[in-house]
Amino acid sequence: MQPETPQYAIETRDLSIFYGAFEAVKGVNLNIEKGKITAIIGPSGCGKSTLLRAFNRMNDFVPTSRVKGEILLHGVNLYGKEIDPVEVRRRLGMVFQKPNPFPKSIYENIAWGARINGFRGNMDELVEESLRGAALWDEVKDKLKQSAYALSGGQQQRLCIARTIAIQPEIILMDEPASALDPISTLRIEELMQELKKNYTILIVTHNMQQAARVSDYTAMMMLYEDTRSGTVIEFDKTDVIFTRPTDKRTEDYVTGRFG
Amino acid sequence: MVRKTFENEIQHLKDEILVLGSMVEQATLEAVEALKKRDIRTSNRIIADDRKINQKRFTLENQVMILIATQQPMARDLRVIASILEVISELERMGDYAKGIAVINVRMGDNALLKPLIDIPRMAEKGVDMLHRALTAFVTEDLETARALPGEDDEVDMLYEQVYRELMTYVMADARTIERANWLLWAAHNLERLADRVTNICERTVFVVTGEYKETRTSFDELETPEEAEE
Repeated sequence: MQPETPQYAIETRDLSIFYGAFEAVKGVNLNIEKGKITAIIGPSGCGKSTLLRAFNRMNDFVPTSRVKGEILLHGVNLYGKEIDPVEVRRRLGMVFQKPNPFPKSIYENIAWGARINGFRGNMDELVEESLRGAALWDEVKDKLKQSAYALSGGQQQRLCIARTIAIQPEIILMDEPASALDPISTLRIEELMQELKKNYTILIVTHNMQQAARVSDYTAMMMLYEDTRSGTVIEFDKTDVIFTRPTDKRTEDYVTGRFG
Repeated sequence: MVRKTFENEIQHLKDEILVLGSMVEQATLEAVEALKKRDIRTSNRIIADDRKINQKRFTLENQVMILIATQQPMARDLRVIASILEVISELERMGDYAKGIAVINVRMGDNALLKPLIDIPRMAEKGVDMLHRALTAFVTEDLETARALPGEDDEVDMLYEQVYRELMTYVMADARTIERANWLLWAAHNLERLADRVTNICERTVFVVTGEYKETRTSFDELETPEEAEE
């Protein structure tokens, strides 16, 4: 029997990210498997968020930023000349550290993005489907017209996830999605991620190593080059390998809490 | 940066493993000495003291669990912690072998030894020596010793073979010696198993250092099942 070749949702080729002359991230080659959760870990300032934001061209908003190399979605370079960054952000949704719902009703938080993305179907159905997908429906179904700000932090974060999946992206990028949440809300998000990966590929940046160990299938360990202060991926492997028998001494030091 | 609290706790656990190990070593040597001298009182004490070995094992197990819960060890730390659980369980079993030898002495009652003990004390000395060095290699994470030690198990196996053959000559000469031969064979068997378990400790040391599970074949594994023999 032939071993099944993994399907990659997204790949990077010698990806470097610059802010002006400073090379913040250098030479990253990652193959992100489809339908899996990949965690990006590493000490503060090593370029994890910069790398994550490069995937849906969020760094474009920083005027001096530019990339070298390629990010391939189905073999198409997302930084190609003909590519519309808005379309990139539709296909790669992002969830941020701090829940950031719009100052609108729960219903509108989901409907608004869908509408401006040209959604023409049954909006009520989409709202319900998205809220169910984010494991929030039962808690909010009787107060859809209320302000999203009335929800708890954990509920707001799940609303942001619902808002993201309403646009039907292929990939969900999460930047420390639970770091502002209490342990129960964190657990809910983590459980939700396991549901979401049936339909989406997830990339998550987290400082919480136990969280990376709990939720992810693959882990990319990032680190700074001493001399240039550029961040890069030093080890990329199955999560259980990274946390039980990493190859790189620096990964070992980091995951055992000995990195200074 | 080092994790001082965690490092201290691990060091403490390793020290305690050596203490537990020395309890087992002493029990083994004393159990064989008591059998040799037919000293029932000492054997009874060894049987009672086995509870202290079991108790210590549970105390250490509890400390390990607290350490897992509070420190969430990863990578090499995780391997050390998991291996400590394994090693203390091996030590407890070895303690049971020592107790088993003491029980044999008590069961023998007024019966005299079938023959003076020569090879059985040798087995005990060799096994205990191997155990001591295996535990030292475990706490110092000495890969070289951990890889070399299992080979020495052959010496214990050879002594066991010798004891077995010798006892069988007694049985063949006089079938009424079966029970007395059996007692001594069981004592020797316990010591042979103790040495086998030493190789498990060595395997753990290799795992801690390299992350690899590498099994050493012991004499016990050589008793193949019929299916395995056909392969």
